[in-house]
Amino acid sequence: MSPSVKEKIKKIVGGKNYTDSPEDKLTYSYDATPLFSQLPEAIVFPENEQQISELMRLANQEKFPVVPRGSGTGLSGGAVPVEDSLLIVMTKWDRILEIDSSNLTALVEPGVITGVLQNEVEKLNLFYPPDPGSINVCTIGGNVANNAGGLRGLKYGVTKNYVLGVEMILPNGELLKTGGKNMKDVAGYNLRDFIVGSEGTLGIFTKILLKLLPIPSTSITMLAYFEHLNDAAKAVSGIISAHITPSMMEFLDNTTIRCVEEYTHIGLPVNSEAILLIEVDGRGSVVGEDADIIMNILKKNNSSFIKSAKDTLEANSLKTARRTAFSALARQRPTAILEDATVPRSELPLIIEKVKEAARKFDVTFGNFGHAGDGNIHPTCLTDERDSAEINRAHKAFEFIFNEAVKLGGTITGEHGTGLAKKQFLESVAGLPGLDMMKKIKAAMDENNILNPGKIFSLSPKCEVLFPPTLKNHG
Amino acid sequence: MSNDPITILTGIKELTDIYSQCIHCGMCLSACPTYDLTRLERSSPRGRIKLIRSVAENKLPLTDIFAYEMNFCLDCQACETACPAGVKFGTMVEAGRVAVENKGIGPTLKSFILKQVIPYRNRIKFAAKILRFYQKSGLQKFLRVSGILNKLFPELAKIEELTPFIPAEFSDTGIKEINRPAGKAQFTLAFSYGCIMNVLFPDVNKDTVELLNKIGGVVISPSGQTCCGSLNAHNGDFKTAKELAAKNIAEFSRYSYDYFVSNSAGCSAFMKEYSELFKNEQLAEQAKIFSSKVKDLVEFLPETDIFSRFKTYDKNVTYHDACHLVHTQHIYNQPRDLLNNIPGLNLIPLEDSTRCCGSAGIYNVIHYDASMEILKPKMDNIARTKAEIVLTGNPGCLLQLTYGVKKFNSDVNIMHTASFLNKII
Repeated sequence: MSPSVKEKIKKIVGGKNYTDSPEDKLTYSYDATPLFSQLPEAIVFPENEQQISELMRLANQEKFPVVPRGSGTGLSGGAVPVEDSLLIVMTKWDRILEIDSSNLTALVEPGVITGVLQNEVEKLNLFYPPDPGSINVCTIGGNVANNAGGLRGLKYGVTKNYVLGVEMILPNGELLKTGGKNMKDVAGYNLRDFIVGSEGTLGIFTKILLKLLPIPSTSITMLAYFEHLNDAAKAVSGIISAHITPSMMEFLDNTTIRCVEEYTHIGLPVNSEAILLIEVDGRGSVVGEDADIIMNILKKNNSSFIKSAKDTLEANSLKTARRTAFSALARQRPTAILEDATVPRSELPLIIEKVKEAARKFDVTFGNFGHAGDGNIHPTCLTDERDSAEINRAHKAFEFIFNEAVKLGGTITGEHGTGLAKKQFLESVAGLPGLDMMKKIKAAMDENNILNPGKIFSLSPKCEVLFPPTLKNHG
Repeated sequence: MSNDPITILTGIKELTDIYSQCIHCGMCLSACPTYDLTRLERSSPRGRIKLIRSVAENKLPLTDIFAYEMNFCLDCQACETACPAGVKFGTMVEAGRVAVENKGIGPTLKSFILKQVIPYRNRIKFAAKILRFYQKSGLQKFLRVSGILNKLFPELAKIEELTPFIPAEFSDTGIKEINRPAGKAQFTLAFSYGCIMNVLFPDVNKDTVELLNKIGGVVISPSGQTCCGSLNAHNGDFKTAKELAAKNIAEFSRYSYDYFVSNSAGCSAFMKEYSELFKNEQLAEQAKIFSSKVKDLVEFLPETDIFSRFKTYDKNVTYHDACHLVHTQHIYNQPRDLLNNIPGLNLIPLEDSTRCCGSAGIYNVIHYDASMEILKPKMDNIARTKAEIVLTGNPGCLLQLTYGVKKFNSDVNIMHTASFLNKII
């Protein structure tokens, strides 16, 4: 990027919203994905739609890539800059513009923190269910871009189930508005659902309209201990076949339990092989009845101990503990590589077996936890990025797991997105015609391949991140 | 021996292991008051770790922005509490400060205060006496009203506003070397009057000694004691910190005692770290014994029979957690247990009670504007509790919150937990 281009960028956003200091470049060179980093050429904090639009037009003229970013908690490298790129940081767009109690909607800017939105709507007895692990840090914009999931996906679905409309600046600089407060809308192609999960490759969000629910009046949170991982997996299948849909059904294996307990000190059973954290919610007596049925199924499947949280405080501390699982696993080894292979729910015991097999075969250690209820597990490889041989084996182990997941009718990523980390596996699950269609859409909407190029799939080698990142840009 | 700049400048070799532990997941961002202010990644714990790592790996020279970020950090360690991976951020940022300090690119006012004033009790007292003269003589009023101060030294004018009214007598003149209880002696306790507490809040020290006497403590406070060294260590000056620590260890070892009780969270936290400070050195064993006996006042009291001594007190009270109690020493439940057991007292939870008030050692002097932006939401949260009294356990917090009362026209009463408890037993 030439100095004159940088001057033009600076002129668009104003000096105070522009930086290209080495310190800022370094600290915007990563997101939460292990092993990926790349320095951007410049970083901007635009103030309005007009500025973003002008930046996109300039990018097309001068042919430099643009990468959008929220809080940088993504786990597939979606917000990692590409070579010679301009990074657009949206965290200052953090206003909740409207909470409409009569239509049950919220209109927000993309930089609103998910947890902050949840607290605000809950004050009005409303409910925004998607709750990724990084809920207190991640932004709604990032959630929509990655179609983020979370602990409550089993009953309440994921981010896409709550997006009613978006406004975004397209790669050519135009402002697109799609969707609205209508609960039904079949006018033309469903652009909204297509945009959700596009990982910042099709546009930069400026406003997002979300659907809200009434808050469930009652909930019961249970914790069950198991001596055998298989028993826990069978209990999960048992609960689903009993036609009960808990709002949450999370499992943690022994390694994860020990790390989480070391951090939280809330008395998790460090000698159990697995635990299930289950929550049922809803209205009135049904919740209690469901909880009773679940307890019976847990007992039948050899749960050695079951307890119910005595109050909201205890329930929250259990859920918070679960959300720290990924980061807590880094207590074991300095690099924790987390993936999110997902299979049809009935195949959960099988995929867990496959993770164990991968660990044996490639001589690496995994901590396992995840959303047992929706077949989305998080095999987390505990390694050290300074040991390149081990990192190599870890990559092979993941390749094995992804292949096995696809064979079981599953997918390579349930909720983190494809980004950089999984693009080499996309064809195995999307198929060639599917991948081809995605590429054609991207090419049609972004003719110069300006916006977040090289994420999800590669269109052309230029302007995209190289592996490994070149020394020139890395330090 | 590594030859990276941080290792050379600080001598801390384990740094690679500490920063490698950070998986840059970002869970620390929401806990960080300075990230909240700037929304810049480099003002976040994750960003600062990246900067430290980059310097250590020779990818970034020791720049002014690096120096600024190391000192802009409050070192409140809320990020350590928030970090599931257990990254020791405090150690890292303190190493970063050592590097900055050794290169001589840190703020000069800070360096002056830390090197020339804090280590010397008599100099602190001298400075305080000058301030008192200035406050009493009418000179303060003249300069404030005329605006001369503001015009000549705008930075100094802001700091000047912060200074509380300096008492005529400091606590080291009121507290004897050995203070015996009126009743039966139950334990022997070492006590230090600290450097800031001594000149700014001598009454808190007197209340603490009285309180400990009332519950049967023989309180020993040797005259040769000195500042614990925490302010120096947190700002990268480990050399002075060690000299001060060694002096204290020697002075207190003249007596035998059951516990060392401190009423300044920053001091108790740091004195617990003496054992680490002298690890593998000649003083190691003595430092280990010294540290093992240190307890903060609110940590010690629940282990005594104080609960049976509380009088009824019908008021709304709230509690602000000092960073060095909650984040560094993980003391959260103990003060709440004490307060919840006082008959009649209504302890109102303070929203974000564990968030730094912006005092952070001498942060409010060096980064006045940021410190005030951090203080504002704290005062708002306090106002929302509608409590009559706010209790806290560190002189820095007392100073900052008392100033907050003045600045934001609040009528709440800020008290140290020791003074409050002394009043009701």
